[in-house]
Amino acid sequence: MSGLSQVLHYSLSLKPLTVYQNKKLKISPFFSPRQGAAAVVSARTYADFTTQATFEIKKCDIHKLDEAPATQVVMTRDEGLKYYRVMQTIRRMELKADQLYKQKIIRGFCHLYDGQEACAVGIEAGINLTDHLITAYRAHGYTYTRGGTVKEIMAELTGRRGGIAKGKGGSMHMYTKNFYGGNGIVGAQVPLGAGVALACQYQGNNELSVSLYGDGAANQGQIFETYNMAALWKLPAIFICENNRYGMGTSVERSAASTDYYKRGDYIPGLRVDGMDVLCVREATKFAADHCRSGKGPMLMELQTYRYHGHSMSDPGVSYRTREEIQEVRGKSDPISLLKDRMLSNNMASVEELKEIDVSVRKEIEDAAQFATTDPEPPLEELCNHIFYNDADLEVRGTNPWTTLKSVS
Amino acid sequence: MAASVRCFLRSGKMMVRDALNQAMDEELERDERVFLLGEEVAQYDGAYKVSRGLWKKYGDKRIIDTPITEMGFTGIAVGAAMAGLRPICEFMTFNFSMQAIDQVINSAAKTCYMSAGRQSVPIVFRGPNGASAGVAAQHSQCFAAWYAHCPGLKVVSPWSAEDAKGLLKSAIRDDNPVVFLENELMYGVPFEMSEESQSKDFTIPIGKAKVERQGTHVTVVTHSRYVSHCLDAAAVLAKEGIECEVINLRTIRPLDVETIEASVMKTSHLVTVEGGWPQFGVGAEICAMVMEGPAFNFLDAPATRVTGVDIPMPYAKILEDNSLPQIKDIIASIKKTLNV
Repeated sequence: MSGLSQVLHYSLSLKPLTVYQNKKLKISPFFSPRQGAAAVVSARTYADFTTQATFEIKKCDIHKLDEAPATQVVMTRDEGLKYYRVMQTIRRMELKADQLYKQKIIRGFCHLYDGQEACAVGIEAGINLTDHLITAYRAHGYTYTRGGTVKEIMAELTGRRGGIAKGKGGSMHMYTKNFYGGNGIVGAQVPLGAGVALACQYQGNNELSVSLYGDGAANQGQIFETYNMAALWKLPAIFICENNRYGMGTSVERSAASTDYYKRGDYIPGLRVDGMDVLCVREATKFAADHCRSGKGPMLMELQTYRYHGHSMSDPGVSYRTREEIQEVRGKSDPISLLKDRMLSNNMASVEELKEIDVSVRKEIEDAAQFATTDPEPPLEELCNHIFYNDADLEVRGTNPWTTLKSVS
Repeated sequence: MAASVRCFLRSGKMMVRDALNQAMDEELERDERVFLLGEEVAQYDGAYKVSRGLWKKYGDKRIIDTPITEMGFTGIAVGAAMAGLRPICEFMTFNFSMQAIDQVINSAAKTCYMSAGRQSVPIVFRGPNGASAGVAAQHSQCFAAWYAHCPGLKVVSPWSAEDAKGLLKSAIRDDNPVVFLENELMYGVPFEMSEESQSKDFTIPIGKAKVERQGTHVTVVTHSRYVSHCLDAAAVLAKEGIECEVINLRTIRPLDVETIEASVMKTSHLVTVEGGWPQFGVGAEICAMVMEGPAFNFLDAPATRVTGVDIPMPYAKILEDNSLPQIKDIIASIKKTLNV
């Protein structure tokens, strides 16, 4: 446990008064609860950090529902630290990927998730690892929350043999247990996710399937086909639209006749959620998960979120939106800052403690990047492997008639 | 059970549709992860009655009627396969698979490779392929060449009832995506069934062609309905002293080039016969493969391709008949190849 210090209130630019006392916290006279947070439940003047607190969160807009997810939610210190660490890991991992891409060590497509961390982390907090999840190409964060390590994610981006797909897949094609990628064709992952839900229902295992798509994909016909079958057959499917306001360079106003993405499922109940608040996302996900698991059929969630980077590394991201807009979101709605403020102003952690997490995360990313840049590329002998699963060895024609390559499954 | 007993005609023969039905019935019974979905497969008993009786026997959970939304239900089928089930996804005809082809290729075929073997997709896509009778341009295309072009897929094209049964059972048991191309005009054709094929474990390996008729003068390579045409042509030619070796491909991808080469090295002449269009087709691939291999040096004449005419399928009977290889076309092509 780190040394303790007095709590700072970030929005007031006060100089820190550092008082070290053996495992005891002296509450700063400058302390005041952050706007919107309820008073600390168990305030003990000379105690360790608060173990849990109740928070007031934004109410979700609802569609075809009688009630909405709770607006008073409890977060424990352990949960807060976990969410903080995971979000920070995703953030730093994506920024490192940006760096490596600019150094041309990562090539091809690279769609970064920074800004949207609360979505991946909040969703995972609302489901179990035994549930299933599928998303589109902005997938590095989900690969991590679903059990992939930073090392194997980064090595996949750099196309090395230690990558999560042995260098065969790249940025858009990473898989782990109960995580079906990483999908490159916009919208195609949604019917796939409903198919996973069908398998859950068929096998009667009380698991559910989360299918994510963006505001751009939300207009795809196959998604409406999927809504129809999921509702008809009452599949345990949660459809989640990550609305980050832009499909590549086209804003939602320019691509959708109706931007109420949470209503687009028509007969499917929907929620519109503040996607920058990890607790909002978590509560909404739990709400949706309960609905699905009780056999009521699918549910739709729209997460209002934002990406700091452009669509991909080849998009500077400022030709279709203003720098001011990006700065405003960073300043007012950054998901990691929001969580940090909450925790600090409720005595749930200290500045030092969070800094230590930052340092530890940075090291993890550095080590992973080191591995990802030094691990060798996949061996040429494995070029043709894994065309098929559980199949006899086969011969594959090379680039000319005299080259025969071997494929092992 | 009742369905399969009914299958045998008084002559002891079985129709192709009943062989397919029996294959699915046996595999549904054997493995509870197997299920069938598609348009009209359940309560309608199948648009072409191939799934007759299955819904009555297995119910809603295992035989699923879908709305008319190919892209959606094909994606759902592929997702179910990824999550551990073994779906049979029926296309009412393969023409409609074009609406779903992204799911077949990008979601099914490529996934095992992209995931370095982590994620398998044990799915069968089946349905009638190629020309029927009088159904015109949008309902008559042959997709063998399109699907066979893609690594990650196996593409199967049965001819006889025994082919249909054995290959469909293999396809369902295969842990990989298999495109199973049936033929509507063959559904009602009866065939003798061997003793061996009565067994519930009877399978025919994917990737092996069958020599249907031995011969010495010319190798005739074909698949699906045209195997019948080629055998008929061979019977006529036999009267003139020309002995054709007719090879039923059974599988389009992987192509059994060894069987073709062994035959060409014996006969020195090659003719391919298919219903699909000529350009970039199955016959084109066979010719290219033979040219690249040891059999080339045995050819006494360039290989000949007999194919459908390079036009969208017309409606009027006289036009339709002349858009596809007829027995007389096959005979003429063989004679021209042999220079007789």
